[in-house]
Amino acid sequence: MAKVSMVVNGKPVSGEVEPRTLLVHFLRETLRLTGTHVGCDTSQCGACVVHVDGAAIKSCTTLAVSCEGAHVTTIEGLAQGDRLHPMQEAFRDNHGLQCGFCTPGMIMTAVDMVNRKGNRLDETTIRHELEGNICRCTGYHNIVKAVAAGAANMPAKAAAE
Amino acid sequence: MTATGIGAPVRRKEDFRFVTGRGRYVDDINRPGQAYAFFVRSPHAHANIRGIDASAALAHPGVLSVLTGDDIAADKVGGLICGWAIFNKDGSPMRAGPHPALAQGKVRYVGDHVAVVIAETLAAARDGAEKVAVDYEVLPAAADIAAARKSGAPQIHEAAPNNAVFDWHLGDKAATDAAFARARHVTKLEIVNNRLAPNPMEPRAAVGEYDFGSDSFTLYTTSQNPHVARLVLSAFIGIAPEHKLRVVAPDVGGGFGSKIFIYAEETVCVWASRKVGRPVKWTCDRTEAFLCDAHGRDHVTHAELAIGDNNRIIGLRVHTDANLGAYLSTFASSVPTYLYAPLLSGQYDIPAIYAQVDAWYTNTAPVDAYRGAGRPEATFVVERLVEVAARELRMDPAEFRRANFVRTFPHQTPVIMAYDAGDYEASLKKAQEMHDVKGFGARKAASAAKGKLRGLGYSAYIEACGIAPSAAVGSLGAGVGLWESAEVRVNPIGTVEILTGSHSHGQGHETTFAQLVSDRLGIPIDNVSIVHGDTDKVQMGMGTYGSRSGAVGMSAIYKALDKIEAKAKKVAAHVLEASETDIEFKDGKFTVKGTDKAADFGTIALNAYIAHKFSGQELEPGLKESAFWDPTNFTFPAGVHICEVEFDPADGVVRIDRWTAVDDFGKVINPLIVEGQVHGGIAQGVGQALYEGAVYDEAGQLVTASYMDYCMPRADNLPSYNVGMTVTPCPSNPLGIKGCGEAGAIAAPPAVINAITDALGHENISMPATPEKVWRAAQGVVPRQAAE
Amino acid sequence: MYEFTHHAATSVADAVGALGEGKFLAGGQTLLPTMKQRLAMPGHLVDLGKVAELRGVEEKGDVLVVKAMTRHVEVATSALVARAVPGLEKLAGMIGDPAVRNRGTIGGSIANNDPTADYPAACLALKATIVTNTRRISADDYFTGLFSTALEDGELITAVEFPKAKLHYAKFPNPASRYAMVGVAIVKGADGVRVAVTGSGGDGVFRWSEAEAKLKADFSAGALEGMKADAAGMMSDIHGSAEYRAHLVGVMARRALSES
Repeated sequence: MAKVSMVVNGKPVSGEVEPRTLLVHFLRETLRLTGTHVGCDTSQCGACVVHVDGAAIKSCTTLAVSCEGAHVTTIEGLAQGDRLHPMQEAFRDNHGLQCGFCTPGMIMTAVDMVNRKGNRLDETTIRHELEGNICRCTGYHNIVKAVAAGAANMPAKAAAE
Repeated sequence: MTATGIGAPVRRKEDFRFVTGRGRYVDDINRPGQAYAFFVRSPHAHANIRGIDASAALAHPGVLSVLTGDDIAADKVGGLICGWAIFNKDGSPMRAGPHPALAQGKVRYVGDHVAVVIAETLAAARDGAEKVAVDYEVLPAAADIAAARKSGAPQIHEAAPNNAVFDWHLGDKAATDAAFARARHVTKLEIVNNRLAPNPMEPRAAVGEYDFGSDSFTLYTTSQNPHVARLVLSAFIGIAPEHKLRVVAPDVGGGFGSKIFIYAEETVCVWASRKVGRPVKWTCDRTEAFLCDAHGRDHVTHAELAIGDNNRIIGLRVHTDANLGAYLSTFASSVPTYLYAPLLSGQYDIPAIYAQVDAWYTNTAPVDAYRGAGRPEATFVVERLVEVAARELRMDPAEFRRANFVRTFPHQTPVIMAYDAGDYEASLKKAQEMHDVKGFGARKAASAAKGKLRGLGYSAYIEACGIAPSAAVGSLGAGVGLWESAEVRVNPIGTVEILTGSHSHGQGHETTFAQLVSDRLGIPIDNVSIVHGDTDKVQMGMGTYGSRSGAVGMSAIYKALDKIEAKAKKVAAHVLEASETDIEFKDGKFTVKGTDKAADFGTIALNAYIAHKFSGQELEPGLKESAFWDPTNFTFPAGVHICEVEFDPADGVVRIDRWTAVDDFGKVINPLIVEGQVHGGIAQGVGQALYEGAVYDEAGQLVTASYMDYCMPRADNLPSYNVGMTVTPCPSNPLGIKGCGEAGAIAAPPAVINAITDALGHENISMPATPEKVWRAAQGVVPRQAAE
Repeated sequence: MYEFTHHAATSVADAVGALGEGKFLAGGQTLLPTMKQRLAMPGHLVDLGKVAELRGVEEKGDVLVVKAMTRHVEVATSALVARAVPGLEKLAGMIGDPAVRNRGTIGGSIANNDPTADYPAACLALKATIVTNTRRISADDYFTGLFSTALEDGELITAVEFPKAKLHYAKFPNPASRYAMVGVAIVKGADGVRVAVTGSGGDGVFRWSEAEAKLKADFSAGALEGMKADAAGMMSDIHGSAEYRAHLVGVMARRALSES
């Protein structure tokens, strides 16, 4: 077992884990932050995307012990109490989700996209940037709309963390 | 229309929890003392099991138990069932082999369930599973229909000689043959409807829990129909009687049919929880999902269309071979039969139709309903045939369709269905306008100037939804009734809980159903909550599939609301001291005809419970009603989709340039949600047409067992969709709803293939139309401006 | 995954010293999925994530030095890379998806030498030098076959040095995995014209000498008109036959020159 400490959604946390514990399992099982999901085994679906030190990563393809000392933001850390993050609000407003399973990863990817690419995102850019996130319900149409709207509504020079 | 009533694009009530990561899916549930299950699966497509040695696994730290088919047999746990009886042409029943939850002596596909290891942690269970030594006698495998039907093919089930499950037919063969004999033109096509893996993003999961104190079980499971799961687990598999078995399907991350079925893993988890005395949790990984979730489609069809004078279709004849996999899944037999052949009339007035369907066992995963289930296969046959026929007759494909549309209703087809309402011309016209079909020639010329090919394809689909009248499906072999139930509980302060037997796994019932109630009772939508997915809360229900929750589920709510209104009027008569016949109810207010006396809904609800104003002998206190709705007909959503593609013959990568969908779903409760269903359906249909295929090699190994090889449509594979509606209300339910969940997946594949073949100028391409196939098909095809 | 022990290295020396029978963990974007599927089973991992000396991009005379733990996103967005080896930043931006690029590293990619990875084509076309803790290896000698390299046990890549030149790269992604099904990298540099092909070769990344000969005379897409690679020795699977891949090599080579 190894001890791992990190800051998750602004709170210092630590736990004893086997070195083989993936970050997603540390979040889900140790911290019981179950908003981050596992949808595949091969790092393609993106349901597990969280931010580590400000960058979107696939938490199913990262060891918890590799995140020692890191600042991690999950979908649970995006809203301020009842006040949704503009990207969360945009997904709700634009019916950018159906079953909701891919949604946390989509939203975390979208926020990262805006952080890297700015607030004005065209459809081609959004579709390309969503390459690592698979949705089976929406046909992506409303996700693309939601990301564009959420991007426009995020503060310029946005910082999600 | 109010802001939250019928027809309003209400933002979904359920989304707050989903966008904040507070959804509660089965894998999010951990029970105190929970142990973890990992399945030992067959690496062989076909093998006898000579023996299983679990000693090393049992010695592995953390392993609690290893259970096999012998254990499940010793406990007299029944096998998994197929709930739809199909009869052969000669009247004999279909030939179904046993389907044990854990293999008994033989495995029949890669991934088949050999044993389960239950351990303190998932890692220990998986480590233990690798230490279970299984002695296999490997047998030759039949991985597809061609191999299964060959003489001398490996015998998969003793009960099904030559691997033939049934030979079934529908329609008038003599009349159809006669039509072909006098046809002016016959169009023939060989069609492969490719095998698909459903891939809801949430993999299946289950937690089984046994309570010794009450001798009862709870199963948390990723189900589209928890009551059906309970019924099957109780009445057929024999886990426990229904009053001792609670099935909970909480938030479920998509289903598309694959979560209708009662599978081995869920059965084993609930059974094993008593055996090991611990809650038992299993979560499927994606590779297991590819191996063991029921697949969809997998038909091989020879199809013919007979055309008489004036370009009128006079007959349609198909012979379809359907691959049902290694075992008959829960509704497998209904898919290539009654969900398929009755749709072969399409939107067309065809006097004679005959379908012969032969179903086969193979050493592959079971095949069952996947979004559309039978109807996409039928639509692909019909819409490819009419498109090709039009081209052969040198007619505009839209005009050929127009010439053959059903135009009067009701319309009885020669294959069971009685279409009740529709206006196919209206959808076609609107779709052509929205798509700018007129501008296609110019766009094709512009593509040609860049060295690219461009094509346009139509799909005028119809489907039978709202499945459906219980007596009707019973006469066709269904083992259950297909009504739906609802209970309306009005609380004393006037808030309302709706208990429904429908199950939402992305469809937005918590919003749509609440809109109906808000509209009907004149109360704020936030005062309505929808309760579903728990057999301890909802008495009975049939679940969600076949685009039935609106047409059937909401009709049950509507019927229960009728009863609520009637009862509330009695209460109001006492409260307002008037005759019951003088009470009127509108916009949430009870009034007395011709007076200014009024009481709002909440006041009447309160009085129903306080019961001070009437005697309990003449009127029961309380305000709670339930209803079962059994429809009188299927519903018939229909529409026209137009797909336009462009590709470079140099690489064959098809890009969908634009997509227009005009659908007639009858009355629409929430257009935002309905359009979302259309988008998602189209994406799955495009997936089938361009990207997806579950492929086994000759030995029966699944080649496409992860997203590395199974091509899921991604955002950059798809366009934005241009979606419109036409409305002919459905006459067979009080809301006029037809259903929208499957339409896109049904409509899309032929639209894509018709567009590609239009660009190619020949018909020689199969699904999925991968870049290599398109590149090969485009050899020698020179980009030109529009033909003629 | 099987159980293993984990060491978070603090320096190259510490990493090499701690390796034993284990494996180095760079970004983990290939190694971890492989371990999850239990296809790889190292008993010990030396995590390079915190080794600061392995991170960063710098200019050293005629070469661009990309240190081994530099993430794809850092190469993709580096102004220095875009100036020193224009085209390399675009190639890095085509690897995986944004989240993968935020973790994956050049050293990890090169050490793994997946036949469908992008970086090997860039290294071979640019005639990069793979720098390890013990020696310098020319790209010509480094890539030795499928998932196979000249690295010895315990040898750690510390940097990749790219001669300054313009890199032309076009990629045909596998429709399912999005790895390269065919990726063609073309460079006209001090060593003449070099064309390297990834994604399709049965032995991994390879030089396409026929194309090089044509481009030597005329460095343009037009010079490759009608050319395709030899289908013998090409990979073949459900996504593309050897013949299709051989054809795509020609298409992608032309696109590399006409579009980048």
